[in-house]
Amino acid sequence: MKIRGNVWKFGENIDTDAIIPARYLNTSDPKELARHCMEDADKDFPDKVRPGDILVAGKNFGCGSSREHAPIALKAAGVGCVIAPSFARIFYRNAFNMGLPIFECAEAPEEIEEGHEVEVDADSGTIIDLTTGREMKAQPIPPFMQELIADGGLIAHILKKSGDEQ
Amino acid sequence: MSRPMTIAEKILAAHAGTDEVRPGQLVDVQVDMALGNDITAPISIEIFREAGAKKVFDREKIALVADHFTPNKDIKSAEQVRTLREFSDEHAIKHFYEGGQVGVEHCLLPEKGIVLPGDVVIGADSHTCTYGALGAFATGAGSTDLAAAMITGRTWFKVPESIKIVYKGELQPWVCGKDLILYTIGDIGVDGALYMAMEFTGPVIESLPMSDRFTMSNMAIEAGGKAGLVNPDSTTEQYVSARASRSYQVYHSDENAEYARVVEYDCSKIEPQIAFPHLPENTVGISEVATVELDQVVIGSCTNGRIEDLAIAAAILKGRKIAEELRLIVLPATPAIWTEALDKGFLKTFIEAGAVIGPPTCGPCLGGHMGVLAKGERALSTTNRNFVGRMGHPESEVYLASPAIAAASAVLGRIGSPEELS
Repeated sequence: MKIRGNVWKFGENIDTDAIIPARYLNTSDPKELARHCMEDADKDFPDKVRPGDILVAGKNFGCGSSREHAPIALKAAGVGCVIAPSFARIFYRNAFNMGLPIFECAEAPEEIEEGHEVEVDADSGTIIDLTTGREMKAQPIPPFMQELIADGGLIAHILKKSGDEQ
Repeated sequence: MSRPMTIAEKILAAHAGTDEVRPGQLVDVQVDMALGNDITAPISIEIFREAGAKKVFDREKIALVADHFTPNKDIKSAEQVRTLREFSDEHAIKHFYEGGQVGVEHCLLPEKGIVLPGDVVIGADSHTCTYGALGAFATGAGSTDLAAAMITGRTWFKVPESIKIVYKGELQPWVCGKDLILYTIGDIGVDGALYMAMEFTGPVIESLPMSDRFTMSNMAIEAGGKAGLVNPDSTTEQYVSARASRSYQVYHSDENAEYARVVEYDCSKIEPQIAFPHLPENTVGISEVATVELDQVVIGSCTNGRIEDLAIAAAILKGRKIAEELRLIVLPATPAIWTEALDKGFLKTFIEAGAVIGPPTCGPCLGGHMGVLAKGERALSTTNRNFVGRMGHPESEVYLASPAIAAASAVLGRIGSPEELS
């Protein structure tokens, strides 16, 4: 699978309150959450993000609250994937569970500028900045996470497993 | 003879049904308690139903606590709590709490003996790591992970490396668990323990009461930690024995267990800590704080809403008035704490000082309700996060500190220490 889109840049330690503020968590409706996605980090983001756009951020993306509303909001806002040197662990897990592709790449925040067009090959982990031609490699997705993706997410995985056992 | 292990490794090994585990290994473990709240559990319930699940793995091992937007702040929040209530009725969930029974989940569950030493707990709330103070392996997860655990009674973990933090020396006046954990996060950073189990040890930890230990474990996530554990001792035993209604197993780290990192602090050099906006790692000692005027002070939450926290605040506020034009909001974290604070006269002290007393709720900590900040307002809070917009308007500010600093600051109208009060 290839993901191609324009880049929006964010800093380090983007917390889940910034991704979706708690004041909107009286609903889990993806459309409504998407309307406020990233607004405390960039209030215009919900209006300017286009389907397939890519977020490139600094280390520890998704720290703080465990709200799965964060990857839900990003996905519903049309974000194609998030690239960062590291992800907070609960967000990392939630992103896989929700089907939001994320890639760990140490040099991405330095190499990729806002507005650049980037293509990510999800299978090989190759990240190409099409604006500069610069090619980078994301950390490989751990085998167990690949298995989850192949099964169609955690719930499909556990249902398959319980089916196998019976 | 298996390899020497940390407490985190021992608990995971036992719950995976194996003799030993190593950091990096994936384990499929049995869950002793699965927790959700009024924000996260509605998604889990929807996923549970979509998966075609007919029953929960064990109706006594699921806790649903409607504490975030309760008392229900608006129609949508009320709908979310109704989802929890209907699901709890349908599946006869033993530990469902709302209304007059509800408390802030991470204070309520230990208080009722619902989480115990040696447990594996996953909670769709990042501060689930609080129960590490009991010597449990407890960690936050998302709603999907909670749904999976509600169906199967199991979850998967990558066994984390452990980071051992040793606290030595004499505590300075007014320094408590909150200051130690803020200092630690300030030192190692908000991702200093990313993917790791933090283990709080040393003579200072051994001398701390459970309330301070809960405060420290609670904020392990603020350093990126997967868990924040304390090895159980007589203090733990005393707390738990009066509350537990099921058996539990106590685990301790082996002396020669392997740690990714060992950090040692001389606590005699640590003064009360303040975390400045907008990250918990932005900590400074109270003596370095210039004039920071405040609009609001909040005392409460899963971090510092326990009776010991209220006792310190009441001792400082007794016979004093809070500063003019400052709002002090006190939220005892559970009905039992509320009652005890009433019986001991703390609530009267707070009201006479000019405070507002609220119900047990997470409310203002996450900018939900009951103390939301306007644009440009500044709050000092005993809670755990000071991210942009955390307690209200994106241009408001949150400073984190202990109950003692909070009470003194409410009187002074600016960030300050009890030492400054006449």
